[in-house]
Amino acid sequence: MNSTTESPVKVARSKKVMTPKEFVLKLFMYAFLSMAATVVLIPLVSLFSVSIQPPTSTSTSLSWPTDPAWGNYVEAWTKGDFPLPLLMINSLLVASVVVPVGVTVSVLAGYAFGTMKFPGDKVLFYLFMIGLVMPFEATIVPLYYQLRSMGLTNTLWGVILPEIGLFCAFGIFWMRQFFMASPPALVEAARIDGASSLRILTSVLLPTAWPPVLTLATLMFIWSWNEFLLSLVVLDRSTRTAPAGLGIFTGQWVSDIPVLSAAAIIVALPTVLLYIALNRKVISGVLQGAVKG
Amino acid sequence: MTAKVSQLNQAPAHNPPAAKKASRKFRWRDQYVAYFYLIPAALFFYTFLLFPLIQTINLSMWDWSGIQGAPATWVGLENYTSVLSDSNTIRALSHSMVFIFTFCIIPVILGITFAALFSRQKITGLIFFRTVVFIPQVIASVVIGVAWRWVYQDRGTLNVFLGFIGIPSERGWLGDFDWALIAVGIIGTWVMTGLCMVLFLSGVGRIDGDLYDAVKVDGGGAFREFFTVTLPGLRTELTVATTITIIAALRTFDLVFVTTKGGPGKQTIVPGTEIYRLGFRENEIGEAATMAVLLAVVVFALVRTVGWLLRDRDQVGS
Repeated sequence: MNSTTESPVKVARSKKVMTPKEFVLKLFMYAFLSMAATVVLIPLVSLFSVSIQPPTSTSTSLSWPTDPAWGNYVEAWTKGDFPLPLLMINSLLVASVVVPVGVTVSVLAGYAFGTMKFPGDKVLFYLFMIGLVMPFEATIVPLYYQLRSMGLTNTLWGVILPEIGLFCAFGIFWMRQFFMASPPALVEAARIDGASSLRILTSVLLPTAWPPVLTLATLMFIWSWNEFLLSLVVLDRSTRTAPAGLGIFTGQWVSDIPVLSAAAIIVALPTVLLYIALNRKVISGVLQGAVKG
Repeated sequence: MTAKVSQLNQAPAHNPPAAKKASRKFRWRDQYVAYFYLIPAALFFYTFLLFPLIQTINLSMWDWSGIQGAPATWVGLENYTSVLSDSNTIRALSHSMVFIFTFCIIPVILGITFAALFSRQKITGLIFFRTVVFIPQVIASVVIGVAWRWVYQDRGTLNVFLGFIGIPSERGWLGDFDWALIAVGIIGTWVMTGLCMVLFLSGVGRIDGDLYDAVKVDGGGAFREFFTVTLPGLRTELTVATTITIIAALRTFDLVFVTTKGGPGKQTIVPGTEIYRLGFRENEIGEAATMAVLLAVVVFALVRTVGWLLRDRDQVGS
């Protein structure tokens, strides 16, 4: 992607010829892009500016305070009306199980679908792909009662296990793409040497699989961190994850707008930082995953 | 290592489809070994997704309060008649249609227009723009909801902006009977437009430049170019963008829950909030399940329709 986007720019520069029509087109393009970027950023910058207003402020518009109240962040973290550190730890605990287990089961099943032929392979694959289309909201009611009868409500497991089931549909699809693209000769050679299928996976294919695995892990972390409905209905006050805790709190009468905004920013921070660090992986994961489907 | 992997990833594109099909899969000595690799994923998937989905259909035929030990009564299709004749259901579904417009149609049109207008341009700073417009995809919708609540408040950024361009307003948009639905819908436009732009931009980059030159040689203008090269070339992206955004529009719950809770009155209720209200607030489990079945049916039907409308007709120049 990079090479194709960057090299032509250099060519265009070296030519240095631009008709008036091209110039206007370029002007329009950058105007459009800048507007899109500005519109995306305004609500987020507003949220940030509100979060550093003096604690008594009721202003919610985009305005830079003369004396930024960074203490709002400390207050949101320590004395807020809801236990933010606890919520963040719960979210982290959930993701720390969902991501490795979700990736592992996806790799195993993607390996089978991508490299092996077996009776019912097509039907089973399409069955898994229901998970990509089906709105999760459609299963939440029976899922809740099922989790209750399993004794999993109000435990983090009640969120962890369904999330793995929910995210593995994409994971399987994603890893199958990778395994289908690995050169058959590589696997064939290992087979002739007498390697078992598990050995081929672990010592021939997986060593080259870390880029797609890392992308998948990143996406699963973001999805797990942002999951809302499941956490809202399955967990109680003390086990809730960060977005659900924040969601409940914002539903009530808001007494302290700046502190709530600071809390919202803290909740968004882990996924945004991860995204900024790995944005190419995240974008290409979403795009490729979507387009190849 | 990285270079090698990217080569591996691109491998199938260069293989003719027939050869790919023949050599891609291997016949293991024991083909049934595949099932062992599927078991862990299948256990999670079946227990927490497929089985509850089937149970939704089952529950929709019962009258049950959900209270432990409470008896359930078989009512057959009674829930369907009562839910379908309930004005709330019609209201929620019609709100979904508004959301399809703001979550799907507007972002797709904006994205494809942008890609078509500037398909031959090289964008300096593309990575920066792409990163920025994609941000809404990674932020929890609860946080997005809080941010937009402030924007829409009577003294929020929107009204400040409107005053700036000469339309003074003191409206609290999310509490306004006439505007609340549109206001929530526009948050969907905000979330989805970046995704569509990035999607179409990457798709348009893959279209063979010679095709554009061919249209030009033929004397075709911008419109010919769009309908004969750009649009057919973006068919996959168009299908994907439409499908993703339609699903997002129909299943919206978080955003509404945080911004309006369905209000004012019932002005912003959607199927997701109805399922939540019936299932977890009013203990009408059967009716909640019925609503869930309806939602799933509408989603599957629309996704199939989109796939059919945008199918590869395999005709040159159509």
